[in-house]
Amino acid sequence: MIPDLFLSGIVVWMGGAAGSLALYRRPAAARRVACGSALAGSLLDLSGSAAAIFAGAPIAIALPFGNPVFAWAIRLDPLSAYFSLTLAVLAAAVSLYSFGYLRHMEGHRNLGAFGFFFNFLLLSLALVFTASNAFFFLVAWEVMALSAYCLVSFEHEKEEARKAGVLFLVMSHAGTGMLLIAFLLLASFGGTLDFSGFHLLASHMSPRQQGVVFVLFLLGFGVKAGIVPIHIWLPEAHPVAPSNVSALMSGIVIKTGIYGMARVFFDFYGTPPLWMGTLVLGLGVASALLGVLYALMEQDLKRMLAWSTIENAGIIVMGFGAALMFRALGQGNLAALALIAALYHTFNHATFKGLLFLGAGAVVEATHTRNIEKMGGLIRRMPVTALCFLIGAAAISGLPPVNGFVSEWLTYQALLAGFGTTQSLTRLMFPIAGSLLALTAALAAACFVKAFAIPFLALPRSVEAAEASESPFTMRAGMAILALGCIALGIGATFFVSIFDPITQQTLGVRASAQLVMARGLALSPGTAHGGTISTAGIALLFLLAALAFALPLGLRWKRRSVRGPAWDCGLPGLTADNEYTATAFSKPLRMIFSALYRPRREIQAEYEVSPFYPSAIRFESEIEPTFEKRIYGPLREQIMAIAHRMRGIQAGSINVYLTYIFITLILVLLFAVRG
Amino acid sequence: MIERLIENVAQLILLLALAPLVTGVIRTLKARFQTRRGPGIFQPYRDLRKHFGKSMVIPETASWIFTATPWVVFFSTVIAGLMIPMVAADAPLGLFGGALAVIFLLGLGRFFLALGGLDSGSSFGGLGSSREMTISALAEPAMMLAIFTVAIGAGSTGLTEIAGAAIGQTWRFLAPAQMLAFAALALVLIAETGRIPVDNPATHLELTMIHEAMILEYSGPYLALIEWAASIKQLVLMTLLINCFWPIGLQPAWFGFGALKGIAWLLPKLFLLVCAIVLLETVNAKMRLFRVPELLAVAFTLGALALVSTFLF
Repeated sequence: MIPDLFLSGIVVWMGGAAGSLALYRRPAAARRVACGSALAGSLLDLSGSAAAIFAGAPIAIALPFGNPVFAWAIRLDPLSAYFSLTLAVLAAAVSLYSFGYLRHMEGHRNLGAFGFFFNFLLLSLALVFTASNAFFFLVAWEVMALSAYCLVSFEHEKEEARKAGVLFLVMSHAGTGMLLIAFLLLASFGGTLDFSGFHLLASHMSPRQQGVVFVLFLLGFGVKAGIVPIHIWLPEAHPVAPSNVSALMSGIVIKTGIYGMARVFFDFYGTPPLWMGTLVLGLGVASALLGVLYALMEQDLKRMLAWSTIENAGIIVMGFGAALMFRALGQGNLAALALIAALYHTFNHATFKGLLFLGAGAVVEATHTRNIEKMGGLIRRMPVTALCFLIGAAAISGLPPVNGFVSEWLTYQALLAGFGTTQSLTRLMFPIAGSLLALTAALAAACFVKAFAIPFLALPRSVEAAEASESPFTMRAGMAILALGCIALGIGATFFVSIFDPITQQTLGVRASAQLVMARGLALSPGTAHGGTISTAGIALLFLLAALAFALPLGLRWKRRSVRGPAWDCGLPGLTADNEYTATAFSKPLRMIFSALYRPRREIQAEYEVSPFYPSAIRFESEIEPTFEKRIYGPLREQIMAIAHRMRGIQAGSINVYLTYIFITLILVLLFAVRG
Repeated sequence: MIERLIENVAQLILLLALAPLVTGVIRTLKARFQTRRGPGIFQPYRDLRKHFGKSMVIPETASWIFTATPWVVFFSTVIAGLMIPMVAADAPLGLFGGALAVIFLLGLGRFFLALGGLDSGSSFGGLGSSREMTISALAEPAMMLAIFTVAIGAGSTGLTEIAGAAIGQTWRFLAPAQMLAFAALALVLIAETGRIPVDNPATHLELTMIHEAMILEYSGPYLALIEWAASIKQLVLMTLLINCFWPIGLQPAWFGFGALKGIAWLLPKLFLLVCAIVLLETVNAKMRLFRVPELLAVAFTLGALALVSTFLF
């Protein structure tokens, strides 16, 4: 039953890809076929993976073709099924949203091609999460990268989209290269290409090999997950894509990197040496902090969300790092807690980041700009979008009772408990990481105050914003599903944690949820003795009761006593949008405080006619230094270009010379083979 | 169950009733320190009554966020207040959340306050929101380190457990780690409650105000709600500080004669802390906004030292 559901999902996606491509001359039909099959495939995948998590034993699906080296092997074990479920939930909401969203592309864009790549992206994602043969995995991985590339540079007449697409492709392939080496090393050691053969295999290698394979996997998957310092493609590629694709990119495509890490760290490795966890935890902290610091400086709504994806990937990776460390220290229960925190945040991030990107898409569609300085007052023109975006913003800022809070709370608990696990100085890493996570969370709250308030509140700052209109029903429905998901995952935390039991059982041999749930499902606890408790459901209930008992009746009564009047404008005639605080101004204090990182540059030129005290126009320019691009990637690119320049000598362009090269290579390979 | 309910109601009444008094005492004492007479310690109650009775002006530019904000701020602060040990170590709403939940609930209030500030469209609101979010973001890591330090001692982030672990050891506050964490948390308290030298609660000078700038557009009952919530937040953080570090007189449980004893101990301890705050406010001038990060960096360093010293001493 489960294999049938899963495979029919795949088939529906394939059919959708072919069907929309065939209908490319009839954009409306292509759009309906593409979105309809994407939605149907997601729902099939959803039911299949949800059933697979609790199936008890991993469900292996071997397709009756291929060969032992390249087996078309699919396995839905709890870890795979969990990620597949995350994909299906997000993909269903995004597909629904796309019905309305793609309408504006009808007529001037090839929706057939879009539908093809969109369905293929979903299909390849599902296979990446479930492939259980190394080669099959890498093929699915590449199909995913290529279809994502085509969707990122879908608006290819824009130069930034082309450039971002190429950067994404280059970095993605660099990562794939490392994965290929790592898998080959592992396969040659174990003599198998099947993931079930890789179970705990890496831990049997020599410490040096272990380390090399670990770092290769970390880098290869880290590129996709957007871990600092190999993140630079992410804030370029995610914003330029159409917004429904951005939601998938940030919501689930980066999770393939997370999935890969989880698979390698907790399935291929047994008990890892301590340095691995420390390294991963450190990278997670750096990604989280730098991601949010750069997000704060963005005025481009979608770039801001892309940077915040790096932050959240960092938080997830922190959980992995802590889990690895606990494993090294022999604390199985705590490792389970940290792993649950990380995986919970993975699902949460898929819902709220997907939601925020969909909201951003609706806003960008209505205002024709990504610059939040040109928006404003949209809460009146687009009330549903505004409410959904607010829920997403609250969730990503970790505010109770919505879902971001629960997973961040679990992460704090894991870090706090880590202090007692060892006597060495390493234990100081846990509270330091915890306090930096607190800084990250607080900065994220500042960032999302800005991301919500500047576009949605106060007065419109442009004609487009003043004349914006609410999005069509399907777009609102897509957002509402994810918003409800954010609330449900927050309030229903105690019910949701039981989903992790099969996963922690499979990877760590521990079932933790019974210890995590207290007071008959009302409260969540970290599972340690006397650990603190939290009840999102209780808090939500109190808010609801208070609102019904006090806020509603009193608010209505006070409303009768209130009048509408102008806001205080310092005695100047009338408050206009020019008086409003801008997004740049909002983040100015932080720009000054962290100026050592940002190295901000600004230029102010005043034009005047009579005296400099009466300027007629002021030109203001401000930018921050892209540190990684300038300090690391700039020199690297120059090196590569210089080497390429030197190698041009052997590329004469004559066929005869190339044939000679091929011949020499052939002989060398033969010699190598004979010697080996 | 019924007992829990009674505890919650009792602590709720205590919070609501005591908070304006603490504000009033601070104002009056401060006036006395500055050789003024001051308005009397009951003035905040009269202010609240006056505000609740008035009609209000809502900016034309504001949306429903503006009217929802006072409620969210008030409710989140009160719920956070029920999670702390005030009279007894056993916090009435301890099951619903501990130290982290208190921080995040106060964060929820702050988030909405910042939105409310920006909603009116006046630049003062934006100015206040921007500064408030900046300062609170910088205060957060220091706060978390200090809480980690006390939580490590108790092995829990539950405030009931933290206060319970402290009860038995009256002189524990002399430990270097405790004192350093106390100092860190005290600095955070000053920043979070908007007191001198970080913010001046008595000013409406546009260049310096932070909290007042955010709520500039509020009037009537909504202003009263926000001001009341600000007093409650101040009381919550002060109580947290004294009961986690110096739990002398704190009762193990709520019932019987003990509760009265608990209240009898709480008041003088609060008064001592109020005196310290007033002294600090009187002898210091307000800092420039961009000096505040340095103060919070000091708090962070103190928190880090506190952690290291749990390791060493």
